[in-house]
Amino acid sequence: MDNSTPLTYSFTVHGDDFSSAGEASVQVKKILRSIGFDADTIRRVSIAMYEAEINMVIHAGGGVADLYVYPDRIVIVLTDKGPGIADIGLAMSEGYSTAPDNIRSLGFGAGMGLPNIKRYSDNLDIDSKLGEGTKLTITVIPQR
Amino acid sequence: MKVSDIISKCSFTLLVEADTERDITGVYTGDLLSWVMGHGEEGQCLVTIMSNVNVLAVASLLDLSCVILAENVKPDDEFIELAKEKEINVLSSSESAYTICTLLYEALK
Ligand SMILES: Nc1ncnc2c1ncn2[C@@H]1O[C@H](COP(=O)(O)OP(=O)(O)O)[C@@H](O)[C@H]1O
Ligand SMILES: [Mg+2]
Repeated sequence: MDNSTPLTYSFTVHGDDFSSAGEASVQVKKILRSIGFDADTIRRVSIAMYEAEINMVIHAGGGVADLYVYPDRIVIVLTDKGPGIADIGLAMSEGYSTAPDNIRSLGFGAGMGLPNIKRYSDNLDIDSKLGEGTKLTITVIPQR
Repeated sequence: MKVSDIISKCSFTLLVEADTERDITGVYTGDLLSWVMGHGEEGQCLVTIMSNVNVLAVASLLDLSCVILAENVKPDDEFIELAKEKEINVLSSSESAYTICTLLYEALK
């Protein structure tokens, strides 16, 4: 594996189907497991990616998740054409959520998603424009 | 302690049988799935009153040993089918999450 040519995988995250949210994360988990990454790395990627996937479904009507596996790092890029995030600093704070009540009754919308992604990844980059969409770049560096 | 052991020790009902020989490494309880996702750990059993399919995604991603639905919460057919497909043990009990945790505490001692 060359550093400049990562293994790449692409997944469509459907915005109309809240119950299938998480499917891409499960696929990624399987891929990383088969490559032989350690359990802690897989856990961190799973948590971060699942939250990002859920966000694309709840807040942005779906999108695309791309996985790049480098020898020394795992990068996930999630791109959507949703409403964008007005105040990223506010969105990053624990407990802040604009999720509607019906989402809350399903166990989401606690405003923990973005903070969880930050906590479990080694780098989180958010690029968002109001009315255009949001791009999350999540990097996880295996420790072993 | 295996999943099959706690079923008999705590009189849980087995709703979906996947691998009941799995070891239980601990217990986690909560209904906010983002919170569970961030704090739960592999091998734990999850005690919850949430019975929508997102619970199964969390259980699968965290590789939980089983999900225990408290207070006789009834999952729908989609939940049952998906749990079979994802091979997740699903148990249920008429007791509250609190009481279930005390039963598990005794059983796992
Ligand atoms: N992909 C996205 N598109 C638009 N808004 C988003 C997106 N992801 C997050 N947000 C905004 O950031 C807030 C905080 O996100 P998060 O921490 O995941 O909490 P929650 O999803 O529980 O609301 C959301 O309520 C929403 O307003
Ligand atoms: Mg979220």
